[in-house]
Amino acid sequence: MEYFLELFFGGLTRGSIYALIALGYTMVYGIIQLINFAHGEIYMIGAFVALIVAGVCTIYGLSGISILILAAIIAVIYASAYGYTLEKVAYRPLRGAPRLSPLISAIGMSIFLQNYVLLAQTPDFLPFPRLIPDFAFMEPVAHIIGSPELVILVTTMVTMILLTLLIKKTKVGKAMRATQQDMDMARLVGVNVDRIISLTFIIGSALAAIGGVLVASYIGQVNFYIGFLAGVKAFTAAVLGGIGSIPGAVLGGLVLGWAESFAAGYISSDYEDVFTFGLLVLILTLRPAGILGKARKQKV
Amino acid sequence: MLKLQNIQTYYGNIQALKDVTIEIKEGEIVALIGANGAGKTTTLMSICGITPPRSGEILLDGDSLKGVSADKIVQRGIVQVPEGRRIFPDLTVLENLEMGAFLRTNKSLIQQDLNYVMTLFPILESRRHQLGGTLSGGEQQMLAISRALMARPRVLLLDEPSLGLAPLIIKQIFEIIRKINKESNTTIFLVEQNANQALKLADRGYVMENGRITLVDSADKLLANDDVRKAYLGM
Repeated sequence: MEYFLELFFGGLTRGSIYALIALGYTMVYGIIQLINFAHGEIYMIGAFVALIVAGVCTIYGLSGISILILAAIIAVIYASAYGYTLEKVAYRPLRGAPRLSPLISAIGMSIFLQNYVLLAQTPDFLPFPRLIPDFAFMEPVAHIIGSPELVILVTTMVTMILLTLLIKKTKVGKAMRATQQDMDMARLVGVNVDRIISLTFIIGSALAAIGGVLVASYIGQVNFYIGFLAGVKAFTAAVLGGIGSIPGAVLGGLVLGWAESFAAGYISSDYEDVFTFGLLVLILTLRPAGILGKARKQKV
Repeated sequence: MLKLQNIQTYYGNIQALKDVTIEIKEGEIVALIGANGAGKTTTLMSICGITPPRSGEILLDGDSLKGVSADKIVQRGIVQVPEGRRIFPDLTVLENLEMGAFLRTNKSLIQQDLNYVMTLFPILESRRHQLGGTLSGGEQQMLAISRALMARPRVLLLDEPSLGLAPLIIKQIFEIIRKINKESNTTIFLVEQNANQALKLADRGYVMENGRITLVDSADKLLANDDVRKAYLGM
């Protein structure tokens, strides 16, 4: 039972990170039907910025959780700026072009950003400081769920609640939903759709950066390539849950996290990826639009 | 008030509007009639900045709308009820109405207008928390008109408000359009295939064929015109 719980919380932690990144894919897809393949790189850049901030902070003698918070804030700002620029430079000029063009542009940006970090920083793995201390109150349950897992779970949960409130309750959230449902009609009621799209990229990038910081401090290392696998996994999560659906991205992330964790724990960690992608194939065979996805009606 | 001067609108290489000139005076109801594919919807979308004309001018109170984005055009008081109603299907009725008032900030005035449209169409009051996509066609048309009114338009553009509705509901909708025009002096530009109904409501009418305006006259004269009667009124 204890082993089961350990795997359960391990899967939940991974899954909540996947969910956080998957939200960026799904929100962008929902609004402009583009799979932003450079999203994983935004996550990677978030982690790198956090590493730099953490390095500087350590010199100034700050420590632990305060560095984590500061690093996360700065990473979010940086990553948002990257996300905003990415949309403006690589996708906006292609609005109205055939659907394949922005997709290729996305892949190009992904490769570009990877190599840019590779050249500007280093091809090596860099150690990321352990910023999350072991809390004393977690001691009794530490063999099931550790302090880093707790911090990740709380952070992702709070972030998702804030996101939900933004989308459901605020005026700009309503405009985002309206734009997603009918972009031209949103224009006709006076929504500046370009601004909504920019905002979607900013929010998605901020979420990815939070994910990047949390994962980097959890795993303890970063390099220019970490965005690729994280991106593929999160994209899988988004598709699994039903791309375009926000609750779907969260659910897809969690299902994927648990599948990996249990497969690694009960079968073999060598087969963890086989198991997850097998699950993806299975679910898509049974429900092509994903778990919570709606088959989109094509407007003529 | 609203003037289209020789506008030409293209979809890619296909020219949809050829040299269209239309003038609408303040407080008027003007109808644009024509067959399917004549360019009526394109005319409205050109005015609203969704498919801006390649050449020619659209003037509102003498100011050109060239290069003005769609949201800014709404801000200047031109609001459209598009063909097929285009209700936001996953927003509630209330949220759809609030989206109509997206550019306005005065909460008490918005509330006042909300009450006004709910007295205009009481059915919306009882459906306020229902999703827009679950309404019937007639209810959606009422919601679409109400959503446009929430922007306090100076010029209201209506694209085929009678399309696919039962005769009784069409009558009700046209009565409301007349009421909106009379009560708040809202200028109305109405696009219709239902030429008979439209011309009975309108002060003046334009007839469009293959992207060109072929006839302009008072609505009464158009109703009496032999060509119009043959082509559009089925007589």
